[in-house]
Amino acid sequence: MSRVFRSPVGVSAAALLAAVLLLAVFAPVLWADRAATIDTTQILQGQSAQHWAGTDSLGRDIFFRVLVATRLSVQLAIMATAVGVLIGLLLGAAPLLIGARAGRWVTAAVNIAVAFPGLLLALFFAVIFGVGMRGAVLAIGFAVAPSFARLTHTLVSTVADRDYVHAARIAGVGRLRVLARHVLPNVGEPLVVNATVAAGGALLAFAGLSFLGLGVQAPQYDWGRLLGEGLNGIYVHPLAALAPGIAVVVAGLAFSLFGEAAARAIGLRTVLSREPAATSQPEPAQPMSAADVVLAVERLRISFGPVSPVRDVGFTVGRGESVGIVGESGSGKSLTALAIAQLIEEPGRVSADRIEFLGQDLRSAKEHRRLLGLSLAMVFQDPMTSLNPTHRVGRQLAEVAEQHQGLGRAQALARAVDRLRAVHLTEPERRARQYPHELSGGMRQRAMIGMGLMGSPALIIADEPTTALDVTVQAQVLALLQEIRASDGVALMLISHDISVVRQVCDRVLVMYAGRIVEDLRTADLAAARHPYTRALLAAVPDLDTDRGKPLTVIPGRAADPAQLPPGCAFAPRCPLADSACVASDPPLAVDPGGHRVACWHADREVSR
Amino acid sequence: MHRFAIRRAGRLLVSLWVVITAAFGMIHLIPGDPVRAALGPTAPAELVQARRAALGLDDPLWLQYLNYLHHLVTGEFGSSTLSGLPVAQVISDRLPATIELALASFVLAILISVPLGLAMAVATRNGRRRPAELAFTSASAVLAALPEFLVAVGLVYVFSVTLGWAPVAGRSGPDSYVLPVIALAIGPAAVLARIVRVETLAVLQADYIRTARAKRLPSRLIYLRHALPNALTATITLGGLILGGLIAGTVLVENVFAWPGLGSTIVSSILAKDYPVVQGIVLIYGIGVLLINLVVDIALALLDPRSTIRKS
Ligand code: SF4
Repeated sequence: MSRVFRSPVGVSAAALLAAVLLLAVFAPVLWADRAATIDTTQILQGQSAQHWAGTDSLGRDIFFRVLVATRLSVQLAIMATAVGVLIGLLLGAAPLLIGARAGRWVTAAVNIAVAFPGLLLALFFAVIFGVGMRGAVLAIGFAVAPSFARLTHTLVSTVADRDYVHAARIAGVGRLRVLARHVLPNVGEPLVVNATVAAGGALLAFAGLSFLGLGVQAPQYDWGRLLGEGLNGIYVHPLAALAPGIAVVVAGLAFSLFGEAAARAIGLRTVLSREPAATSQPEPAQPMSAADVVLAVERLRISFGPVSPVRDVGFTVGRGESVGIVGESGSGKSLTALAIAQLIEEPGRVSADRIEFLGQDLRSAKEHRRLLGLSLAMVFQDPMTSLNPTHRVGRQLAEVAEQHQGLGRAQALARAVDRLRAVHLTEPERRARQYPHELSGGMRQRAMIGMGLMGSPALIIADEPTTALDVTVQAQVLALLQEIRASDGVALMLISHDISVVRQVCDRVLVMYAGRIVEDLRTADLAAARHPYTRALLAAVPDLDTDRGKPLTVIPGRAADPAQLPPGCAFAPRCPLADSACVASDPPLAVDPGGHRVACWHADREVSR
Repeated sequence: MHRFAIRRAGRLLVSLWVVITAAFGMIHLIPGDPVRAALGPTAPAELVQARRAALGLDDPLWLQYLNYLHHLVTGEFGSSTLSGLPVAQVISDRLPATIELALASFVLAILISVPLGLAMAVATRNGRRRPAELAFTSASAVLAALPEFLVAVGLVYVFSVTLGWAPVAGRSGPDSYVLPVIALAIGPAAVLARIVRVETLAVLQADYIRTARAKRLPSRLIYLRHALPNALTATITLGGLILGGLIAGTVLVENVFAWPGLGSTIVSSILAKDYPVVQGIVLIYGIGVLLINLVVDIALALLDPRSTIRKS
């Protein structure tokens, strides 16, 4: 709970609450007499030096009456909350106390009651318990009870299955004692926090009932009663109604804000970040004749505040080429793809010496909406979440044509159906009318690919397109991507954590580690990979020769955290070849005559395992 | 869809039965003799006896219950012990004023909160415009925490007493609606706007929004066509609760403005111990809440094709 005091809201709420509670304790002691003094010469006076908030119809000082009323108002609110929490606890723990079967009825009743607004319940119970203070306490207590019952029920059912509770019950500990000894201590914190918030609500509700004349009765008075009395004369003497109103609001807020600050404090978390070490010189991407280049990237850097998860990435993709980007999660491969597609959102920042797609400079301020919408297709990892659940599949495809090709609704839909057919969806007309959740995972991913084919793509960027799919479907989706590439000369950028997937599909592989490209080579040359990380990735793939009895080789150590990069080569902490040179400075991405690029000081050494 | 309808109808019937039974039971749960309480300690014993007999309070409980159900079916709610008017008539006189008030406030709350919440979400997404976000969240938190009747008092003070722009009470002419409707709408509007903003922020992080951006749709379509419907599904669930709460709010606001609706009637009837009227109005309120929940579920099923309610 001490964490509450670390936020400014928490501190001010706590101070406010303390002030309210102090007033509740001391105001009646100090000022009860002044609040009760009747002065018939001073009836219904406005504000003056003597009476800060004026006087009421008997000439009593309203300011002091409001202060003195603090005790009764707060007291009643706390009592009502206590009643509510107690009843709620018993109802919520009913399955534990009276057995699951009878408990289910209680839970059902609670569920019905929760649907009714608290004040209506309070009115209902006020009829039963009668007009007056006691009746109102019970009424509000009963009205808060259902929501506490539900809260308790949720909390208790998370605890009730734990071993120690079972053990206690098997040991024959009484049910109430199990609840008190084993369950309550574990759910206490959220309950107390919620009770504090609820006390604020009860304070307001009580003011409401008293205001209606159903709560506190004269000659006693709480804020609600003062407010009700003051409202009658609001034209002559507005402060008589406003002063108690303000008191109610302030006190109610004090409870609620404190409770909410406490709730937030319980779930508090902080993020630490650090400026990463400076990186080495950039390396030129390999040259290629301009006409054949679909995509050219130079010195791409993506930053989120001080952290740069992608640094100095450069490569080109030729027409019809398929390039794989491989790396562990956090290597920056997906961000690279998003940056190329101009999909990095604030607070992310993208800088590059060059991002050219089909000869257009994507960095320029001019939006390339049509170009990207028609020529760059994106396929994301999870087709379930990547399609909008509230729209029919066909419409989601048709949108592209309506937007960028100027087709009408019907034509666009016809094109969508045609594209769905092109990705081999059975019954494309029917699929187009269905919602994403009505399709299987594989069908959804085909629909996503079909969406990319609405235009005439020059490049498909597929980010882990098969990771969320069943193994059998994975191969089909990869085959589909291959087919599209072969038939239309579309370039493919396949991003995957799985080097064996990339090996199957791609001509070339870019291996990324800690935001940099560490190796760039033809798939055919993978056997001759030179970077220790690439070799480790390959070794981790089980192949036909691997002895299945042996445990899988895994790369030792943890993937680099872009927020806390080591000096020198980022792979050094995990690298079997690392030496002092590696820690001293980051190796540049050096290119050999064959176009094979690698960033390692010891690229030619054997890795001994 | 049919399954959903049947199940939902079943739940409605059960809840309806609970509400009716609660309204019936209420009178019998009052400690002591409600008739004696209503007539006062000085009333002659014969009068109390006669009134008890007239109300059927001397019959066995099960018979009273059956009679009560039978009367409900025939639209017979008894009559006011105070005015002698049939309760059904009291209700039909007062109900329209309350419904007007609640509906107008709900519409106003929606009209304010949905565009505001959406705009705030778009403006403050990914931690942009922190000051605006802070201003919005604190202002809406305070407004949401203010009880309607205090808002009402404040509005009366500012607009009726100080500025003299609006009548202070009663229901006569369009300008008498302004303050009560605003008083009722402000709180729900603040809560809903917060919910819409949070839901929209969550939705803006969703993969399908990235897909929509990858399709290079204009922002207008991304927010209105792709984000809003998804943000609304969660909003509607809570919106229903808020609309239910609005019914409760009318009770207080009607009393502030002397609005001739059910709320002012139930309070005066409780104070006068006019139990047949109280019972009748409690029943109406209960049914009102049930109907709202029903409408919410239907809206959800229509808006969200995945809706679990629809499937199960
Ligand atoms: S530079 Fe050194 S640490 Fe880095 S990969 Fe090469 S050998 Fe390993």
